[in-house]
Amino acid sequence: MQWLAALLVGVLFGAGLLLAGMTNPAKVINFLDITGAWDPSLVFVMGGGATVAAAAFWRAKGLSRPLLADVFALPTRKQIDLPLLLGSALFGIGWGLGGYCPGPALAGLVLGRSETLLFVVAMLGGMALHRLQSGRSKTGPKL
Amino acid sequence: MTEFTPYSALGGGLLIGLSAALLWLFNGRIAGISGIVGGLFQPGDRPWRWAFIAGLPLGAWLMLQAWPTGSQITVEAGPVQLIVAGLLVGYGSRLGSGCTSGHGVCGLGRFSLRSLVATITFLTTGMVSVFLLRHLGG
Repeated sequence: MQWLAALLVGVLFGAGLLLAGMTNPAKVINFLDITGAWDPSLVFVMGGGATVAAAAFWRAKGLSRPLLADVFALPTRKQIDLPLLLGSALFGIGWGLGGYCPGPALAGLVLGRSETLLFVVAMLGGMALHRLQSGRSKTGPKL
Repeated sequence: MTEFTPYSALGGGLLIGLSAALLWLFNGRIAGISGIVGGLFQPGDRPWRWAFIAGLPLGAWLMLQAWPTGSQITVEAGPVQLIVAGLLVGYGSRLGSGCTSGHGVCGLGRFSLRSLVATITFLTTGMVSVFLLRHLGG
C-alpha cells in the first residue's frame, strides 16, 4: 500500500510543479535574477508549500505512527556542518546555471524536450559521483 | 521576461505542500526529491521511491491537460551549461542532504535550522550565479 500512496502523492507533486511554473527554467532563473527581470512567483510556491507541510508536521505530532508505516522517518542530524553548506552552495550554483532542480526536471520530462533529458542524465551522474565518493570514504582511512 | 503569476504559483505551491503532507502522514517520509532519487538504486525500500518518482511526470501530464499553458517553457542554457548544471545539482543536493523540496518546503515546514541554513545558502549562490551569467557577461 505504501507504493500506491507514494504514486498518488507523486502525481499531486508533479501536477503542483507544473502549475507553479517550476518546470519552466526561464521562470526559475527570473526568480533568482533579483537585479534584473525579477519574477517573484516562486516565493508563493515555496511559501504555500511550506505552510501546508507545516500544518501536517504539526498535526502528526499527535500520532504515534504514520497510517501506512511503522515510524516517522525524521531526519536526525542537527549540526550545521561543512557538507551541508558546501553541498547547498554547489546545488544553488547548478540551479542558477540551468534553472532546474531535481523535481521539476523529472516532472518536466513529460514536455518532451531533449534539454530536460540531458539535465536529468547529468544530475543522476552527479548523484552517482557522490555515492561513489561517500562509499569510498567509508571503506578508506578515517580522516 | 516571464509574467508574475501569483495565483498559479500559490496553487502549485499548495499542491506541493499537500503532497508533502500526505507522504508524511501516510508513509512517514519526507518529500525530498533528491533524497528519494538517491535511494532508487539502493537495496531496501525501493518500490515507494520508484512509484513516487513515476508519479511526477504523470502528474505534470495530467495538469497539462487542464492547463496547457504549462507546455510553454524556455531553456536558456546550452548543452554544456546544462550538463555542468546537472552535475552540480545532483552532487550538491546529495552532499547537502536535500534540495528545494526537502530543505525548502519540508525542512522549513518543520522549522529545521539545518534546512533554513541550506535554503538561504542555495538561494544566495543561485542568485549570484544568475547575476554573474546574466549581468557580467557569461
